Amino acid sequence: MILGVSLLIATLVLFALLRLLPGDPTAALVGVGADPEQIEAARRQVGSDLSLPQQFAKFAGDLARLDLGDSYVSRRPVAGEIAERLTVTLPLTFISFVLAILIALPLGIMAAVWRDRWYGAVISVISQLGIAIPVFWIGILLVTVFAVHLRIFPSGGFPLDGWRDSAQAVRTMTLPVATIAIIMSASLLRYVRSATLDVLDSDFLRTARAMGSGFAEALVRHGLRNGAVPVISILGIELATTFLGAVVVERVFSLPGLGSMLLLGIEQRDFPTVQGVLFVSTLLVLGIGFAADLAQRAIDPRLRERRRGAP
Amino acid sequence: MTAADVQATVPPRRRPSRTLRVGLVLVGLHLGIALLTLVWLPYDPTGTAGTRLEAPSWLHPAGTDRLGRDMLSQIMIGSRIALIVGTGAVLMGAAIGVTLGVLAAFATRFLDDVLAAALDILIAFPTLLLAMLVVAASERPSLGTATLALGIAISAIVARLSRILVKRVLRQDYVTAARTSGSSWPGIVFRHVLPNIWPTLSVNFALQFGLAVIAEASLSYLGLGPPPPNASWGRLLQEAQGTVFVAPFGAIAPGIALVTLVIGMNLLADGLRARNDPTQR
Repeated sequence: MILGVSLLIATLVLFALLRLLPGDPTAALVGVGADPEQIEAARRQVGSDLSLPQQFAKFAGDLARLDLGDSYVSRRPVAGEIAERLTVTLPLTFISFVLAILIALPLGIMAAVWRDRWYGAVISVISQLGIAIPVFWIGILLVTVFAVHLRIFPSGGFPLDGWRDSAQAVRTMTLPVATIAIIMSASLLRYVRSATLDVLDSDFLRTARAMGSGFAEALVRHGLRNGAVPVISILGIELATTFLGAVVVERVFSLPGLGSMLLLGIEQRDFPTVQGVLFVSTLLVLGIGFAADLAQRAIDPRLRERRRGAP
Repeated sequence: MTAADVQATVPPRRRPSRTLRVGLVLVGLHLGIALLTLVWLPYDPTGTAGTRLEAPSWLHPAGTDRLGRDMLSQIMIGSRIALIVGTGAVLMGAAIGVTLGVLAAFATRFLDDVLAAALDILIAFPTLLLAMLVVAASERPSLGTATLALGIAISAIVARLSRILVKRVLRQDYVTAARTSGSSWPGIVFRHVLPNIWPTLSVNFALQFGLAVIAEASLSYLGLGPPPPNASWGRLLQEAQGTVFVAPFGAIAPGIALVTLVIGMNLLADGLRARNDPTQR
């Protein structure tokens, strides 16, 4: 229900945003010096001769049937190209995400438990640095070190055969994945650290310790579950941000992903492409948020109670 | 509560913390450089000052770019651009965001719900993506459109935050008291609501400033930022990436400039937060 309302509002926002784009969308369809009849025909084809409510009905109807239209530039179905490009962007996002969690979780807990020692402080400073660095600069620095000096990895590109050329695909994906994982783990680390600090100060942990459980055991049995709830909502936001932010990393490493498709669509004023990419992104972002919600409810029974209307 | 307890709960006026001081120094440094560029630059940032792609030297501390222009001069101009875009975007985001937040808090239940849902969705999109769309909606990228784009993106974040903060203040007893003693709603907003939400908002503004600087650099990196001759750090880095195989040093200095400003802003935010709320670590 909530997902449905969100989707409707998202569709409305998307529709409004796209109507704000200047210029006649038909300009990309007809050549320079087209006569009025041709322009009129193009308008009918695009549907910009209809009234706004009619346009919205058509827009929403097409989306409901997952018909994203054809690109004005390549004349190919947008949905097909999106599916193709997702084979680059989805692995890029999810592998980086998992890697970032594997880095941030232990380091964040360490930074909190040992906040008074020097290595706790060092971890905090590094994460402070990580959130201030733009992702493309990390990318360029990694290229400088690993592609220019050491010549271990390529500086960009993706094999034409895609994942069928798996060895080359993995080689080209290494630096982009590392770039995102570094940035993402830095910001995740801060949240893990502060969630752990809250747990460390909590009464339930003190009680567990007083009842005779060891520090590590208390932390794992009571701490993880309690600390996980706020961290999961952050994880959801981070995953969505990374997915949408892939546009920059894909540019740095010339990867043919969803982000570079959006950028190209914007540059070429290719309406259906921009609209299709944004719609699919919105779906994924809403889906991620929904999944994070479910995960939190599964972990914390208090959230389930609240939903049933209990105090 | 004894007198001693009261004494203990009121913290003495402290010196600014180290975090706050380092933040102020870094931001002040960039502000100083930005002001300096108005009257003095080592070289003409748009003119050829040496041979192409020179490595850093005493004459050109940050080297020269692919056209032989002095990098340091361009990076200094970059400080100015980053501060202009950041300030403009945050001011705009604050004006629109706080207004929307206050209005939503006072609106009918239905309107408030709709606005909250719309803001939630807008915020699900990263600042950069919203900004990209706004830039795309303008005829061609400029300093103004970059600022406008980031300002709009920031206003959604500020609106959501201030809506929550305003609602919290409106539930307080002193607002009820002010209302029953005859204060008007606008009076309450200016006398009670805004001063009470300001400490939290100002921290957020500093954070948003840092994010805006990164987003502006990203826009420029993608070719959607202020066009040349505006030497945005993002564009300098993008150009440096093109020559990374012959002149790998070019990508260092603009990045350091950018990171120092963003860290400065983040430290400023942390310092302000600790100052406003002594219970925070």
